[in-house]
Amino acid sequence: MTDTLSTDALTPPKYDKLRRAFFRFRQSKLSLLGGVLVALVLFFTAFGTVLAPYPEHIAGGVDTANRFIAPTWAHPFGTNELGQDVLSLVMAGTTVSVLAGFGVVMIGSIIGTIVGAVAGFAGGWVDEVLMRLTDLTLTIPGLILAMAIAAALGPGFGNMVIAISLSWWPGYARLVRGEVLAAREEVYVTAARAIGATPQRILFRHILPNTVSPIIVKMSLDMGFAILTVAGLGFIGIGVRPPTPEWGTLLSISRSYMPDYWWTAMAPGMAMFVAVFGFNLLGDGLRDVLDPKARR
Amino acid sequence: MTALLEIRDLHLSMSSYEGSADVLNGINLTVNRGEIWGLVGESGCGKSLTGLSVSRLAPSPPAHYSKGQILLEGRDLLPLTQREMQKLRGKRIGMIFQDPTTNLNPAFRIGEQLTDVALAAAAQDDTILDCPAHSSNRTRRAAAWSLAVEMLEKVGIPNAQSRLASYPHEFSGGMRQRVLIAMAMIGRPDLLIADEPTTALDVSVQAQILKQIKANVAEYDMGVVLITHNLGVVAQTCSHVAVMYAGNIVENGPVAAVIGNPVHPYTRALLSAIPTKDTKRGALKGLAGAVPNLINPPPGCRFAPRCAFAQPACTKATPPPETVGPNHSAACIRAAEMEALIHA
Amino acid sequence: MLQFILRRLLMLIPVIIGLTIIMFAIARLLPGDPVGLAAGPNATQAEIAALAAEYGLDQPIWVQYWHYVTGLLHGDLGTSLLTRRPVATDIAAYLPATLELVLAAMAIAIVIGIPLGLVTAVWRNKWPDYLSQIAAIGAISMPRFFLGLLLQLCFAMWLMWLPLGGRLPIIVIPPPTITGFLTIDSLLAGEWSTFTLALRHLALPAIAMSLSPLATIMRMMRSSTIEVMQQDYVMTARALGLAPRLIITKYVARNAVSATLTVIGLYFGWLLGGTVLVETVFDWPGLGLYATKAIVSQDMMPVIGVALVIGLMFVIANLIIDVLYGIINPKVRYS
Repeated sequence: MTDTLSTDALTPPKYDKLRRAFFRFRQSKLSLLGGVLVALVLFFTAFGTVLAPYPEHIAGGVDTANRFIAPTWAHPFGTNELGQDVLSLVMAGTTVSVLAGFGVVMIGSIIGTIVGAVAGFAGGWVDEVLMRLTDLTLTIPGLILAMAIAAALGPGFGNMVIAISLSWWPGYARLVRGEVLAAREEVYVTAARAIGATPQRILFRHILPNTVSPIIVKMSLDMGFAILTVAGLGFIGIGVRPPTPEWGTLLSISRSYMPDYWWTAMAPGMAMFVAVFGFNLLGDGLRDVLDPKARR
Repeated sequence: MTALLEIRDLHLSMSSYEGSADVLNGINLTVNRGEIWGLVGESGCGKSLTGLSVSRLAPSPPAHYSKGQILLEGRDLLPLTQREMQKLRGKRIGMIFQDPTTNLNPAFRIGEQLTDVALAAAAQDDTILDCPAHSSNRTRRAAAWSLAVEMLEKVGIPNAQSRLASYPHEFSGGMRQRVLIAMAMIGRPDLLIADEPTTALDVSVQAQILKQIKANVAEYDMGVVLITHNLGVVAQTCSHVAVMYAGNIVENGPVAAVIGNPVHPYTRALLSAIPTKDTKRGALKGLAGAVPNLINPPPGCRFAPRCAFAQPACTKATPPPETVGPNHSAACIRAAEMEALIHA
Repeated sequence: MLQFILRRLLMLIPVIIGLTIIMFAIARLLPGDPVGLAAGPNATQAEIAALAAEYGLDQPIWVQYWHYVTGLLHGDLGTSLLTRRPVATDIAAYLPATLELVLAAMAIAIVIGIPLGLVTAVWRNKWPDYLSQIAAIGAISMPRFFLGLLLQLCFAMWLMWLPLGGRLPIIVIPPPTITGFLTIDSLLAGEWSTFTLALRHLALPAIAMSLSPLATIMRMMRSSTIEVMQQDYVMTARALGLAPRLIITKYVARNAVSATLTVIGLYFGWLLGGTVLVETVFDWPGLGLYATKAIVSQDMMPVIGVALVIGLMFVIANLIIDVLYGIINPKVRYS
């Protein structure tokens, strides 16, 4: 007698290895898509300015005869209030957004790693003070903190990156401290201590290398949100100033010309979405590969 | 008279990456009302899967029933859908699992959990609740609640009325297992499957729980399948025993016969592994070898590679059960000569 | 329980002190000329100095901080250079708008996200599940201000179903303030048409705000449901004949929700600080818009005040979640 039982919703998944492998395959397909999108974004970061069909518009050139042209073959995303080609501006804007996002994640993770490593390794009152500072910074809404610092520092690319980074490090500090505390108890660290390795050597040779993969996972997941924050500051009018093309700023300007000239908003908005989506997909996939404990 | 539970030649295979394994390789077992069957064997021999199969709870896929029947009072359970099975669970077949700490839902009062089981069973059989057939939900819940009180008292939980409002973590391990017994019994099942119900408990509590199960059999005239790896528990509690090895029942019969006069070499080995008061310090005996890989099982008798009495003929075919005494059979081609072999 | 709450509330004091120190440091140590900006481009040196003296900005920073902290004890959050009103008064006016928006967004996210997470967990690894997983990552990746803009374009400008922005049309007299939530106040006052208007104004910004918490709650709920479904007690419930629907909607759901609650608490605080962009898009007169205007003119008192209030809200929201967690999960003892 053959009887294939119906799959029940409640079947415990421990047994369905095959299905899980299939699932992982699908998931890796998704992270593959993320990888492709990220590669595309990085390509435009490097070559967007060069490849733009109207490079003169990127430098601030205007073409008042061709204001607000709806999307055509010559201008796939139309032109804006100054007659500039929206596609060219958005392509060039990739550089600002991605570099700023990357800068934020780098600086944020470096500050956070230092704070977290020192706190976790030193322990005692140093740990207490640093972690209370971390918690406090986490309590302040990140965007408002970044906005306040950016406004006080004044406009400019560097200032904006620094301002966002200063609100970005606490997550890394917590992560690294947790990893360091866990690693301190590992056998290989005890062994290194027993043979008389200096604390510095233990920290840099034994503990920190083991915290690299969770940090990379967090960085890739954070990249998308950093790009969003950069664009958010631009949208509010803090950060990079025109004529430097920046997605958030472009979107904010196009608001004034809604709904008649709606196309001016589409390209910058979609560019943001695609970039963030790509980094999030990739980060999700990387987490599954590099940091399986964090898989949810 | 039809038996309460009759498992006929049950074959269950599990598919995995490495291939398909016949984890149940022709199980035959008959349980009547009033009998307590002990199902014993090493870990991984298929005891728990046999129990789960009766409730059709073996996860599928990967489990696949290739052959056989599971008859509950003559009705084959294998072709039933999960929805039809759900009506039998709790009402006809009760189950108790090993770990009382993880088998109660931590977020609900035990009264709530008991009541829901009672209501599910009452949906099949209204006589369980002491209220008219078409009462309101509120009346039915109240009736189920008082039934829960009654059941808790029966399994020996003091202050049952107030304890119903407690959460599982407020009970001790033994008490939780009593709650789980009450929960399994509240639908007045005809058949109770208890999968290692005392393994996670203190020895002192074990005896009480087993006594409780025994008392239930007498009161409700039901049948029990008690899955355990502990032959002591079997000797203490069961009326009959079936010994499993690698997906086969190798010997079964009344407890006195099987334990007093074991025939199959595997049963003998299991029994001699139990330390007695005469066992000398350091002389603990184990069983040499391990349960075979079921994806590629040894041909013929699956115990042959570990058996001291194996012959070339043992690897030819799966040995059929040989009657060796009243209701006592052993699946060994040398069953008849075993008595002589042992004393040789 | 009461003791637990009181102890947690006491812990707010160091949080307040720490927050004010950090914000003061940013306000005063970083370059910037707030007084000059406030006085206007044509102000003379003397006028600027007079304005600085009026607001005590000519004093050393520790004196300013001391004044601020002592003022705080009386509920005084300083005075805005821009509006020239006490910050506390401004915040009292703007906070309910933000809270109403965030609570509405959270309500949408929870009401849709939790059942969706439960359902996709049950449909695990079937195509609706895959689709919803991709959609969730997409929703998290969508810039809220772009989404807001699209919603505006679609529903307010083209279809003209819903208003473009604000909390109420200017010509409508708001109901008497009781809670500060226009929807609730208009209901309390029995003004049905005002309620409908307020709700219609709330709809688009709340949807724009809710998408990313919805996706996160759904993902969290899905994974905790999958985890709960593997628990022994679910097997026991099945073995004793409970209907799958009852097991999922009652027994599994409660256990899975308690794991999801923590995320909801964190998200609530995050949303409070994240209203800035959506408030800008929809011209929603809340804390975010207020803070933005203050930041642009480097008027730091309102910024400190807003950061303080949102920080406190964040801590209180997490306290509420912890209490709820204890109610849902009886094993947690308050210690």
